[in-house]
Amino acid sequence: MSGVTMDRPLPAGDAPGPGYTLRQPRLPRWTPAALAAAAAAVGIGIGVGAGLSSHIQWGLIAGLLFVVGMYALAARVEGRRQAKDRLATSLVWVCFLLAVVPLVSLVWETVSRGSKVLDGTFLSHSMAGVLTIQPGGGVYHAIIGTLEQVGIATAIAAPIGLLTAVYLVEYGRGRLAKAVTFFVDVMTGIPSIVAGLFILSFWILMLDFGYSGFAGAMALSILMMPVVVRSTEEMLKLVPNELREASLALGVPKWRTILKVVLPTAIGGIATGVMLSVARIAGESAPVVLLVFGSQVINNDPFDGAQSSLPYYIYEQWAAGNAASYDRAWGAALVLIAFVMILNLVARGIARWKAPKAGR
Amino acid sequence: MAKRIDVSGLSAFYGAHKAIDDISMTVEPRSVTAFIGPSGCGKSTFLRTLNRMHEVTPGGRVEGKVLLDDENLYGPGVDPVSVRRTVGMVFQRPNPFPTMSIYENVVAGVRLNGGRLRKAELDAVVEKSLKGANLWKEVKDRLNKPGAGLSGGQQQRLCIARAIAVEPQVLLMDEPCSALDPISTLAIEDLIGELKERFTIVIVTHNMQQAARVSDRTAFFNLAGVGQPGKLVEIDDTERIFSNPSVQATEDYISGRFG
Repeated sequence: MSGVTMDRPLPAGDAPGPGYTLRQPRLPRWTPAALAAAAAAVGIGIGVGAGLSSHIQWGLIAGLLFVVGMYALAARVEGRRQAKDRLATSLVWVCFLLAVVPLVSLVWETVSRGSKVLDGTFLSHSMAGVLTIQPGGGVYHAIIGTLEQVGIATAIAAPIGLLTAVYLVEYGRGRLAKAVTFFVDVMTGIPSIVAGLFILSFWILMLDFGYSGFAGAMALSILMMPVVVRSTEEMLKLVPNELREASLALGVPKWRTILKVVLPTAIGGIATGVMLSVARIAGESAPVVLLVFGSQVINNDPFDGAQSSLPYYIYEQWAAGNAASYDRAWGAALVLIAFVMILNLVARGIARWKAPKAGR
Repeated sequence: MAKRIDVSGLSAFYGAHKAIDDISMTVEPRSVTAFIGPSGCGKSTFLRTLNRMHEVTPGGRVEGKVLLDDENLYGPGVDPVSVRRTVGMVFQRPNPFPTMSIYENVVAGVRLNGGRLRKAELDAVVEKSLKGANLWKEVKDRLNKPGAGLSGGQQQRLCIARAIAVEPQVLLMDEPCSALDPISTLAIEDLIGELKERFTIVIVTHNMQQAARVSDRTAFFNLAGVGQPGKLVEIDDTERIFSNPSVQATEDYISGRFG
């Protein structure tokens, strides 16, 4: 690098002298990568040398070394402003890794253990006549249960949530709207076990219905509704007011404006919100334990008799406490994660497909 | 087709704030009337009271009368929806519906109003409206492409086509050229000259040359100070307003000696 380089900026008002240059000394591009490798090596070295048993400690030492080392190096070579930039950048990277490590290890663990039992038989058979200590059996009854319960919960919660959001954004003024917003916020905070207990006391104990998938679906819909309202509300607020005015100025009634202009413009985001809330309730186990009761056999009728569901099945197999049931629990966990993953992909697909187009 | 507008004693409010005070004027059919005046003097608010769009704003309220060929827009039992079908509007920023194609944008008013037309009739409406908006030649080969993909000037002409497709009697334009380049502006001004054969046109503009070029009559609005309601200073033939206005404030504003 040629020319005079400056360690600190010129004082204000100082005219650039003949040696003034816009160039600053920069660390080579590979520095962060090299430093990260060095920090990892030192971290492992210290870990082995000091006999630290926890690998998390090794990682934290390496992360700390990387952040401090990057700052010190940049401060020496590049100046203080650049050093602060490097500090923030390396902190973001370390935090990103800290956030990703549990996720990756969780997926790795589930896939490696769950894929042992995952095959066609596992997906297409129930636990009927299979002793828990035997290998074999499957999750078919739990998949059916999850699909039906989540489907019914969505059929209840999505329309109500959608209409509530439309009311809040398009019509709601004054006290009623404020009250609705407040209760939606309260509902967001309801623990799933409380929603389950509410349906248990209301539907099963007071009205004397039996355990069923439908009872579980009602509790799940209570959990789902505020999420749908919130996400739909945000999406509707993003629709520019100009589009509503354009439609109204054409002499289109307000309800048709909402139906034909506002909702189609926001449909991608709304679909994503609904799918994400479906993914959230698909993993709920507390209301299912209370209301659906659990079952070993296939029950296709969600309105009559006990069913199973994937979260319940995982709990049940884990509780059985032997090698074969542990394998089945991991297999079911893998199926559940795949189910949620597929829903997310579908939601993204819909959002991309329905997004307003700007191409020529 | 075109109708006369008679405004008498009209005041408009945003909540407790009075935005325009006691305005009376007549807008002749088959003519272009321009509204000029400084920002915040209530030109756009007044324009929006002419098709009852003002009350769409939360807190928007109107007192006074607007007669459209002897029928009061604010009379009891008048449906704002049918008012807006009679009095169309074009906005400052082009706002085509992003989910719809060019074709669907043009017929949006017809379709959303519940009209059940056959394909051939819709095609005729689209061709007529786009020709009316001077856009047909540019888009006739890509009617099924999204309306949002057009240039700003084309989008604004698309919005004009959408507004005239529902066959209104009056067309209100709220600074339709302020977001456009001079060439697109010229295209729209030419279009206004053609449209006045069929519609009553009211246009709000900040561009004095534009008012002088396109309008037959010009109204000058002003406000006494910040927070005061806007008032109509005078309305007269455009030629007179720009050569020999009867109020000193108008002359000051037009010649740039404002404030």
